[in-house]
Amino acid sequence: MSWIKDLISPKTRQWEEFYRNRHQHDKVVRSTHGVNCTGGCSWNIHVKDGIVVWETQALDYPLLEKSLPPYEPRGCQRGISFSWYLYSPVRVKYPMIRGALLDIYREEKEKTGDPFKAWDNIQNDPAKRKRYQQTRGKGGFRRVAWEDALEMIAAANIYTVKKYGPDRLIGFSPIPAMSMLSYAAGARFLQLMGGVNLSFYDWYCDLPNSFPEIWGEQTDVAESADWYNSKFVAVMGANLGMTRTPDVHFFSESRHNGTKTVVFSPDFSMVAKYADKWVPVHAGQDGAFWMAVTHVILKEYHVDKQTPFFIDYVKRFTDSPFLVQITKEGGKYQPGRLLRSGMISKYSVTENSEWKFLNIDSVSGELFCPGGSMGHRWDSKEGNWNLKYEDPETGKSYDPVLTLVQNHDEILQVDFLEYGKNNIASRGVPVKYLETLEGRVAATTVYDLIMAQYGVDRGLGGGYPNSYEDSTAAYTPAWQEIFTGVGPKTVLQFAREWARTAEVTHGKCSIIIGAGVNHWYHSNLIYRASTMALMLTGCIGTNGGGMNHYVGQEKLAPTDSWATIMTAKDWQGVARLQQTPIWHYINSDQWRYDGNQADYNTVPKNDLSSMHSADLVVKAVRNGWMPFYPQYNKNNFEIVRDAIKAGAESDEQIKDYLVDKLKKKEILHAVVEPDEEVNFPRVWYIWRGNALMASAKGHEFFLNHYLGTHHNSIADEVADKFVKDIKWRSESPKGKMDLIVNLNFRMDTSALYSDIVLPAASWYEKNDLNSTDMHSFIHPLSAAIAPVWESRSDWAIFRDISRATSELATKHLPEPIKDIVNMPISHDSPGEITQPQIKDWSKGECEPIPGKTMHNIIIVERDYTRIYDKFIRLGPNIRQGLGAHGNSYNCEDFYEKMLDDKNHILKMDGVDYPSLFEDEEAANAVLILSSVTNGELAHRAYKVAEKKTGLILCDLAEGSKDIRMNYKDLQSRPLRYLNSPIWSGLMTAGRAYSAYTYNIERLVPWRTLTGRQHFYLDHEGYIKFGEHLPTYKPSPKPEVYGELRTSIATGKAKILNVLTPHGKWHIHSTYGDTLRMLTLSRGMEPCWLSEEDAAELGIKDNDWVEVYNDNGIYCTRACVSVRIPKGICIVYHSPERTYSVPKSEVRGGRRAGGHNSFTRIHLKPNLLLGGYGQFTFHFNYWGPVGVNRDTHVLVQKMNRVEF
Amino acid sequence: MDVRSQISMVFHLDKCIGCHTCSIACKNIWTDRKGAEYMWWNNVETKPGTGYPSKWEDQEIYKGGWVKNGRTIRLRGAGKFKGLKTLFHNPSLPVIDDYYEPWTYQYEHLFNAPEGDDQPVARPVSLITGEYITPKAGPNWDDDLGGSKEYARNDVNLQNLSAAEQEAMFQLERMAFHYLPRICNHCLNPACVAACPSGAIYKRGEDGIVLINQNKCRGWRMCVTACPYKKSYYNWNTGKSEKCILCFPRLETGQIPACMHSCVGRIRYLGVLLYDADKIHNVASCDENELVQSQIDIYLDPCDPEVIKAARANGIADSTLEAARKSPVYRFVKEWELALPLHPEYRTLPNLFYVPPLLPTMAFVENGTYETISETFWAAIEKSRLPMKYLANLFSAGNEYVIENVLKKLMAVRLHRRNVTVGDLPEEEVYGPMNEVMMDKDTADAIFRLTSLPLYDERFVIPPAHREEAMEMIESTADVKGNIGFGFKIPPKRGL
Repeated sequence: MSWIKDLISPKTRQWEEFYRNRHQHDKVVRSTHGVNCTGGCSWNIHVKDGIVVWETQALDYPLLEKSLPPYEPRGCQRGISFSWYLYSPVRVKYPMIRGALLDIYREEKEKTGDPFKAWDNIQNDPAKRKRYQQTRGKGGFRRVAWEDALEMIAAANIYTVKKYGPDRLIGFSPIPAMSMLSYAAGARFLQLMGGVNLSFYDWYCDLPNSFPEIWGEQTDVAESADWYNSKFVAVMGANLGMTRTPDVHFFSESRHNGTKTVVFSPDFSMVAKYADKWVPVHAGQDGAFWMAVTHVILKEYHVDKQTPFFIDYVKRFTDSPFLVQITKEGGKYQPGRLLRSGMISKYSVTENSEWKFLNIDSVSGELFCPGGSMGHRWDSKEGNWNLKYEDPETGKSYDPVLTLVQNHDEILQVDFLEYGKNNIASRGVPVKYLETLEGRVAATTVYDLIMAQYGVDRGLGGGYPNSYEDSTAAYTPAWQEIFTGVGPKTVLQFAREWARTAEVTHGKCSIIIGAGVNHWYHSNLIYRASTMALMLTGCIGTNGGGMNHYVGQEKLAPTDSWATIMTAKDWQGVARLQQTPIWHYINSDQWRYDGNQADYNTVPKNDLSSMHSADLVVKAVRNGWMPFYPQYNKNNFEIVRDAIKAGAESDEQIKDYLVDKLKKKEILHAVVEPDEEVNFPRVWYIWRGNALMASAKGHEFFLNHYLGTHHNSIADEVADKFVKDIKWRSESPKGKMDLIVNLNFRMDTSALYSDIVLPAASWYEKNDLNSTDMHSFIHPLSAAIAPVWESRSDWAIFRDISRATSELATKHLPEPIKDIVNMPISHDSPGEITQPQIKDWSKGECEPIPGKTMHNIIIVERDYTRIYDKFIRLGPNIRQGLGAHGNSYNCEDFYEKMLDDKNHILKMDGVDYPSLFEDEEAANAVLILSSVTNGELAHRAYKVAEKKTGLILCDLAEGSKDIRMNYKDLQSRPLRYLNSPIWSGLMTAGRAYSAYTYNIERLVPWRTLTGRQHFYLDHEGYIKFGEHLPTYKPSPKPEVYGELRTSIATGKAKILNVLTPHGKWHIHSTYGDTLRMLTLSRGMEPCWLSEEDAAELGIKDNDWVEVYNDNGIYCTRACVSVRIPKGICIVYHSPERTYSVPKSEVRGGRRAGGHNSFTRIHLKPNLLLGGYGQFTFHFNYWGPVGVNRDTHVLVQKMNRVEF
Repeated sequence: MDVRSQISMVFHLDKCIGCHTCSIACKNIWTDRKGAEYMWWNNVETKPGTGYPSKWEDQEIYKGGWVKNGRTIRLRGAGKFKGLKTLFHNPSLPVIDDYYEPWTYQYEHLFNAPEGDDQPVARPVSLITGEYITPKAGPNWDDDLGGSKEYARNDVNLQNLSAAEQEAMFQLERMAFHYLPRICNHCLNPACVAACPSGAIYKRGEDGIVLINQNKCRGWRMCVTACPYKKSYYNWNTGKSEKCILCFPRLETGQIPACMHSCVGRIRYLGVLLYDADKIHNVASCDENELVQSQIDIYLDPCDPEVIKAARANGIADSTLEAARKSPVYRFVKEWELALPLHPEYRTLPNLFYVPPLLPTMAFVENGTYETISETFWAAIEKSRLPMKYLANLFSAGNEYVIENVLKKLMAVRLHRRNVTVGDLPEEEVYGPMNEVMMDKDTADAIFRLTSLPLYDERFVIPPAHREEAMEMIESTADVKGNIGFGFKIPPKRGL
């Protein structure tokens, strides 16, 4: 082998410098990627010759416990592509305004010499308005100077506020945790103005409604390192390799530590290859599988063998021992509401007795009311809100009865509805008769109800299934096969291995769940069905256990201090925070195209369940369940003026005036007449997000009704046949929005369709903070280089907008003015115990009482000349303390300390305030004032919690009392944040965060009615919609869902269920337009088809196809694959319509849209309910979500492709 | 005994996500420039699939690697001498369609388009011709079984499977895929070195990295043909061929190659192997079914005093020997025999080893109902998806026993760890399989730790480069300190 010689001589190898020189770089700076992604990965940005050249992952995360794999490295193919954007041809370098608008404005400005008057003239001339609106998205951008752009924005702001009221200014930005200050910048500006921030977590369909339903929690999950602690992991609707790229190693590493993994997914996905078993359950039918799993667990591990660990757990930590009334209606027995302590003479005089609930003591057989309920939470006497099985009235502890099966007065045959096969089964339920103040009532335990609901026969008679093989009765392994296509043997093995693992490990089974499940219409039920299997085996609130939902990014760790800065509550007490799904449903007029939900939602027939969703929204807004802005069909300022004119002297009298006018229907809620001009939203700020495409469910309706430009919808308007309360106008308005302002670093669809595009600094060009639920560190974005070209950070841009707006106000809105703010009844406030029954004041069923039977009404003063002054200063309300999730602490001393730092204060009217002028100053304010980054504040928060609960908790903060994090600390290394009562996981000494360990180990209640985890949801509305018990409901059928009413298949086309899961080459739409990702994929986002469907349609791999329904159309190429099952197609979320999209053949040669072109919003109505325990609104916590998985489309081959 | 030191790698395929972060880390640093657009020194493939360039494994087409020729071997395709005949026309070279036509988009149009009656769009444009194109191929076109009919079903590794076996791979019951990330193997017997008519390709003495001297390369592209892994690429702009350099500027500064640094699945390991260069010829020429074992045998025990003595005699630094003793690669390849070379039948003696993937248990479908169950907690390896023969075609020159044995070991570790952490399985279910592969508990724990828990410096053990010693041979190291970076930055000129 003479020819292979090693070369050693350095002389002959001097050329090697060629590659060495490339690798040399000048500087490395820590940053991360600031929106849309839950990764929260720390990156090193490499700078050479003043140019960002590449990025590599940081490796210096602090280690957790030695028994856990480390977090390094974190970062995926998308993140590592980001540096492409900085200098790419898709980068926005200068401010730009739509040419048609700019010309009209300049003309009017020339005429009037005043920006305000110029804007006034444009908006009051329908022809001018239409002229620029219809050019939206059609090119013609012009570069302008920053001051020109700011002037037009200020004019629109002041004009809108003055003419219609500030609640017509709207802002949308998603997922603050990823770049908290960039989000806060726009929100702070809008809230100071009196504008509206749109929620995102629910709109993105990331909010799992089952979390509020079961736990009273928005979401709380384990950090990814805790997956490793699990010994049995079920994955569904989450393609971990694809969407949890930096975390999935914990999953694979746990496999080699003896963990079993089962993946549920209709397609063979990236995570399926990791599984020990792949279960291709039919799309969206996972709930049926889990109902059967729970049936088996109940039968074998709760009845045949009463597993002590499981029994003890459900007794202590779930609502299972609580008593439920069995009512008789039309001769049929039905489960009713939880028994209230106030119904029993023993407790009838106690405070909040309507919100305290009853157990039976197993020793004495007496009724007991344990502490920890919502009533105890809001009692004037503190210290009884805990999970000790003690009666706070007597201080006696006791052991609750779980089941009445051995000791009952009678067995009643209670009706249970099964929606899958539409059966009613009467099943024996053991009851006790109780003497109450309302007479003798039959009651059973939640546990007994659950047994009956799941069809676990305990010899009580009635329509129980006779075996696992009985496919006629719910919810047997044989029954589920009808819906899932998966055989009963698979269910049995799964259930037994699951329960055995949980029993031996005391709860180390977990579910990792994602958008693949959460985006279905009935996702809350699928979640509840699977959570039952966790709760019944003690797998919640333990390391290695848990319902680990990772969809979107809700975990903004220092939310206590941040939220205050974000909402400007350091200056004023209220904020206008809007539930987005209902907002777009109403305002973008999608309700007009919606049939009655009762036709596609499977519900029992009654007055409530048969209402149209739009009418239910009206009811929800009036009753204070949901917020809705704009508020009234009249400018708020005008209402105040009229009230004063009518003699109102105080704020209280202004409120009384308004309530009276509302009652008399002389002033209407805007939601009642959304299509009247006076009620339009007017100015829309979009930053950090792609509100017009990636998240625009019903995108084509946005184009039509918001933008007034071209669209591809042919949907018919049908709601007039159903609606009663919302006002129907025969003609729907086109182009509601006066101005759309977009802050962006790239020309995405939202930028392309906006009126003003402002060049935003990218994530390597600004300072900010980042946290995530995937890990427990907080770390920064930092500027590796200054913002390129004329770009500015979001913080600087909104600061500039504030300045320009305040300046214009000195001329056009110089005086302070009173505004009325509607606030819905809020979770984590005493408002959550205000509406035990559904009563509608507008129908005369009760009196309108703000904060009780209707929303709150709050009067605030606004000074538009001071918006900027307040924006850049941290206001004095901080002195009153901060908090989150019902926790609070005093931080006045830290505010004072900030004032001592003379380099970072700003004077106003002779008074010092901490400066927020620079983003870094704002970052430090967040860190100094948060309980998760300031150990002293965590300690104080626990102290307050001790008082509330009567428990010892402060030890949790003892070890970290001296920790104070600041921005520079985080730049040197990511730091693990601290234990704090605002979060439910315990992290002492490197322990992995797992949700609800605080509740289980420290006996702090969940924020639910009973304070326990809820199997049973006794809200009147839940009973009426048939979701009081965990159940299975079939997906809405395409025939009734209403998206294929008018689309006719021409030639070869086929109806397919289109799934839009998260993709491999983008985080939502970001990165999807980079050359890197487009090169590694197929140059666009294809439509994945099964080999069978493609063959039937005559489609070959890479053929061009049209994917469409009534709502709109997407054109792309086909990716034909054996891993896709027949009957579904996949268009991964989310393509842009800015690249590679040709013109549609079936819709007359117009440019086709994106994946949201074929979606339309469908609200699930029971999620609108409020004012009742955990069913009470909070921003991004409660309300219907933007579902989209049930969408069906036609797919066909394109014959001619034109651009 | 001619002891040499080789930097070598293990990729643990059971942990691979197929995310391609590695590919981009590499591209950002090394091939993000004109002429290099299509170069993916690191790429990731879905298996089954045809890979990149398409069907690279089909040596009937590409004539890469070595073939056994009696008791020795010869290059299958272009050699130094045979190559001369094909210098100006080489039919075995992959052409642009086997790779892809690199493209970009007319992004500027989104900014510059005048007001029109429809929305402007950025169309794809060829980076070669500047014309509009519709992409038809890419470096990862068959990702996740995309276009399975044209790609996965034409995987070269299916060739000796029966029609029934092949069809079963694409049915619900047995369907699966896995990922195969690939970089240059920095072979012990590199065909590219042997094939280069210009003598431009060499193996570095201190670490075994194979490099193409950009000054000496004349762009004959014999290396492109000769490399059976198609990891040498021709830069059409500079007229030189280029390939993975194992990030030697990073290794020399104690940093791990970018692709490994960025590996978020934590599948990659790097360390030193010592080998006996005297044996290369014999190993490369042995019978096919002995290839894997005899390659393992070429690597030497760094604790063996004889080896240490011979290594020192060859000028191998003590610090390198120390690194060799901590090498995670040594443990996976030699001690545990869990990692296997890719296509050993190419006889280049690659230094990148793969731990094959465990795949889900197969299922059965009866009357349209899908069932996936197993008699034991985890089904036996034989019940895994994809035929064993398929994996054997990739990693053991068709020897199924070798693959089966590795997978059984991986499963034995899992059973042992289940027993330690849960303890819910019957004794015989745990220890039967462990005994079958003769694995003791300590070994199982050690494998588990290096698989699941390793810290950065346990995954990567880089021998110090002692650059000062190399520099000293050219000029005073004191001068070097002041001169560094003033070296040539202008790329070498194109042409002869």
